[in-house]
Amino acid sequence: MATIRIPTPLRPYAGGNAEVPVSGNTVGAALNDLTARHPDLRKHLYTDSGELRAFVNVFLGQEDVRHMQGENTALKENDQLRIVPSVAGGAMG
Amino acid sequence: MALILPSNLYSQISAHLEAAYPNEGAGILIGAANGESKTAQAIRPFANNFESGEQYHRYLITAQDMLDGEMEAERLGLDVIGVFHSHPDHPAQASEYDREYALPWYSYLIVSVQKGKAANARSWVLSDDRSKFNEETFQLAS
Repeated sequence: MATIRIPTPLRPYAGGNAEVPVSGNTVGAALNDLTARHPDLRKHLYTDSGELRAFVNVFLGQEDVRHMQGENTALKENDQLRIVPSVAGGAMG
Repeated sequence: MALILPSNLYSQISAHLEAAYPNEGAGILIGAANGESKTAQAIRPFANNFESGEQYHRYLITAQDMLDGEMEAERLGLDVIGVFHSHPDHPAQASEYDREYALPWYSYLIVSVQKGKAANARSWVLSDDRSKFNEETFQLAS
């Protein structure tokens, strides 16, 4: 089973876990399995229209899956995914 | 919640943010959470990776920088507990843009840099339903 490492701020929404085992043959399927197991994560990972939020990045090993095949990136048994936030902000609206 | 920051780290943060002026500067806070408070034990400043013409009111820490920061925190047996950034010539008040891109739980330390000098700092935490930032106690420690 692949695992997804959860960043500290999202662990309270993942049952307090730093790593969650997930099933699925693609990154998208694994993320779906993650949010099925922990539905409270969904609002922080996805927009209301169901897109991954801009600051949510998924790494397979050291590589951002956006530079691979995105949510269609194939997963193997024992692959380690990692959700990594990018952080943006600023003074004026 | 409360954020406790050793004053020597606040000096390092101020120096980084003053050097970035008139643009925004940013970085991460590394430390440990204990119940209702978080204590910073290290910081890591990063380059502002927002597009160059917008850096006077925007900052971006890339996922690669965050990954490096998380790995460093793990090596130290600590966590990334928050993010710091500057508001050049603006108050240390979290903006709507800050809220839109924020994550829960992290402390968002905002330093108002006035005319190139760090003036004051306030720390904010996103509410669970993402609807607003709540100010948390910010305490400098010796």
